[in-house]
Amino acid sequence: MSNGTAAMQEGALALKPGYAAAGTVEPRELHAQVDAGAEPHHDTASTIQLGFWLYLMSDCLLFAGLFATYAVLHGHTAGGPTARQLFDLPYTLTETMFLLVSSFTCGLATLAMNADRKQATLGWLAVTFVLGLGFVSMEVHEFAHMVAIGATASRSAFLSCFFTLVGTHGLHVTCGLIFMAVMMVAVAKKGLTPTNRGRLNCLMLFWHFLDIIWVGVFSLVYLSGVVH
Amino acid sequence: MFGILSLSDIHYHNPIIMFGVGLLLFVIVATLATITYLRKWTYLWREWLTSVDHKKIGIMYMILAALMLLRGFADAIMMRTQQAMAFGPNMGYLPPGHFDQIFTAHGTIMIFFMAMPFIIGLMNCIVPLQIGARDVAFPLMNNLSLWLTAGGAMLVNVALIVGNFSRCGWVGYPPLSELHYSPGVGVDYYIWALQIAGVGTTLTGINFLATILKMRAPGMKMMRMPVFTWATLVTSVLIVAAFPILTVALGLLALDRYVGTHFFTNALGGDPMMYVNLFWLWGHPEVYILILPLFGVYSEIVPVFSGKRLFGYDSMVYATMAIALLSLTVWLHHFFTMGNGPGVNAFFGITTMIIAIPTGVKIFNWMLTMFRGRIRFETPMLWTIAFLITFTIGGMSGILLAEPPADFVLHNSLFLVAHFHNVLIGGVVFGIFAGISYWAPKIFGFKLNERLGRAAFWCWVIGFYVAFMPLYILGFMGATRRMDHYNVAAWHPLFEIAWVGAMIIFAGIILQVVQVVVSIRQREQARDLTGDPWNGRTLEWALPSPAPAYNFARIPVVRDRDAFWEMKQRGVELKNSTFVPVHMPRNSATGFIIGGFAFVMGFGLIWHIWWLAALCLAGVLGTLIQHAFNDDRDYYLGADEVRRVEDLHGRVEAGSV
Repeated sequence: MSNGTAAMQEGALALKPGYAAAGTVEPRELHAQVDAGAEPHHDTASTIQLGFWLYLMSDCLLFAGLFATYAVLHGHTAGGPTARQLFDLPYTLTETMFLLVSSFTCGLATLAMNADRKQATLGWLAVTFVLGLGFVSMEVHEFAHMVAIGATASRSAFLSCFFTLVGTHGLHVTCGLIFMAVMMVAVAKKGLTPTNRGRLNCLMLFWHFLDIIWVGVFSLVYLSGVVH
Repeated sequence: MFGILSLSDIHYHNPIIMFGVGLLLFVIVATLATITYLRKWTYLWREWLTSVDHKKIGIMYMILAALMLLRGFADAIMMRTQQAMAFGPNMGYLPPGHFDQIFTAHGTIMIFFMAMPFIIGLMNCIVPLQIGARDVAFPLMNNLSLWLTAGGAMLVNVALIVGNFSRCGWVGYPPLSELHYSPGVGVDYYIWALQIAGVGTTLTGINFLATILKMRAPGMKMMRMPVFTWATLVTSVLIVAAFPILTVALGLLALDRYVGTHFFTNALGGDPMMYVNLFWLWGHPEVYILILPLFGVYSEIVPVFSGKRLFGYDSMVYATMAIALLSLTVWLHHFFTMGNGPGVNAFFGITTMIIAIPTGVKIFNWMLTMFRGRIRFETPMLWTIAFLITFTIGGMSGILLAEPPADFVLHNSLFLVAHFHNVLIGGVVFGIFAGISYWAPKIFGFKLNERLGRAAFWCWVIGFYVAFMPLYILGFMGATRRMDHYNVAAWHPLFEIAWVGAMIIFAGIILQVVQVVVSIRQREQARDLTGDPWNGRTLEWALPSPAPAYNFARIPVVRDRDAFWEMKQRGVELKNSTFVPVHMPRNSATGFIIGGFAFVMGFGLIWHIWWLAALCLAGVLGTLIQHAFNDDRDYYLGADEVRRVEDLHGRVEAGSV
């Protein structure tokens, strides 16, 4: 949603210089900045960036709630399958690699964007998209397998919070993929405009954020699930 | 095709419900008919529903809140009447199932759809003006927040017409709220109404944080911000920090009900207390999300009506932050009876009592601001004084409840009900009325009728004490909350007194409705032509009333706290000689459309009409993507146009070109 409003005040970017003058010249109270050609504007690009960070923090707390629930309920297996019986570490590690590498290629897309190379940006975004899709597919496959052997979300509180925590992350990655697809179309059509750059920055923040959350999921759910 | 919805879900056989439905439909049809008759649909759509102007959005929030106040108060009257009647052989007029829905709807509506929209409405109307900004950081997202909130509010009211509302209280505790014990759609109405409105509130929090951190006028350092702006900032932090946890709690409850998971069930490892913990991890910060902005309102009113600058600005700011921080550490006092052991209970009892310290600092600051001031007893100040007394009493009963041993006796008794109404009415509701009467000239351009305002004030204050003091006593006598019937003879007269109190408040509300009507009709006599009717101190009073769409023709430069007061002291002229084009966001239907989709999606989910829910979700996504490709989002208001508008307010320097 934040990206939706991202370029709301796009036009203001062209008018930035006047603001600096307001800070240095002793102005005439309400008559300030009389000399500026047009009214100065706050730096909207950085406001959007801040807004997106704030959204990420609230999303982070949403995951914190899910992690806390998992921490409390993960032992409540109610006689059903346990973490050790269900988790396949090599499989999850492969899945993890897909996401980690996608974060790296996403970084390469940022570099390409900063170097003003449209085709390279689109190329790295495409690679990131494929890797992300691979991650989601592996997760769906894992879920399907668990459901097939009777380890469903309604079997025990442990499985309820497992599916919810991991599934919520997967849903976020899916939203990220939709976001990415939309951005690839936007860049292909309109090029690396300031609007698109701002939104790509948000997308990349989002993607790295999901990577960090996944590191938490992998450690808390899978690794410690098999170790215990 | 229609999920589990059938014609029998409309209660045409129940006269009480049908009366309510009839009243609701009458109001809706009458409103629509009036708009059609006056041919105002285009105007309404272009100037209001799709508006991204924070001042108009604020007014729409407050209209929503005022309507929900009437609805929530109707619930309150019904409950008071039932409890005044239902003693001994008399079973009252409400069956238990209906009574349970009423108290649930009352709490849900008053917290989420009355108090929150009033507060967010005030923030919208005032904060950008106080910091010298043209708008909020994300104007369209602001419009979206409004329509998500309105969508949630509509769902609660649809529950009156189609199906049932939750019977589980506004907290919706499992296992009672689980499918096994609450099989109908009531809890689902509750869940989706709060989820949809909750997204809107979270976005508002993000919006105001970004606005206040990034869009202050040059020279307005953090420690020069008006205290209401400070309160909004801190509240926004709490919103962003707390609402995701409510989303989690309600989301997991929804999964339990829809997918058959076992988060909060009694079976297969579920833990109902997990929900209670999550709910109050949001719920206690929410209490401060409600009260802190009103502390800000009082901090604006007291200096203006005492003719002095605020006493202890710094301590006021730090107290606000301390309260916000502490509010995240006290959630467990809502369920001392869970069985956490003395160590845990003692910890949360102590943190709860510590909150009284920064709150006490604030009370003393307000009193010392008044001390030796030239106090003007106009309505905003009357509400403030009533708040100081009432809130202090409510705070002290809260300290009593913070003692775990005392809480074991008083838990879920009417003493608790009296306590939180004491702080919520005495703090939040009085603050809302204080704020509205104070800022009405700025928001609407004219003062509200003073005589009727005073009459309403006295009805509210007297009515409050008559209605709620008996509940304290009843709590000590052992009366629990949410009773639809009782057999103790000694309780009966006290319930009757409480009913009288509710009726006095009712008179106050009627007077307020009359006050609004009279004020609108006599607005020409009460118009605020100066822009500064109270001899104000903060920047919003530097503007004409009501503020033009672009707020400030020139962005002001701030030199001190109480920026406008300081300008008046130096005799700064408010008129301008030169004007520049102003950059404006364009109105957009996107927020309204997404809000509409969210509302219908909620309805589809409640009634298991999956295709409809899926369609609406696709609609939300499609609208967002479509909007992402729309580049026509802003325009410039020409310098000549700005000059013309400023001239209307007499704000153009004579002789300038």
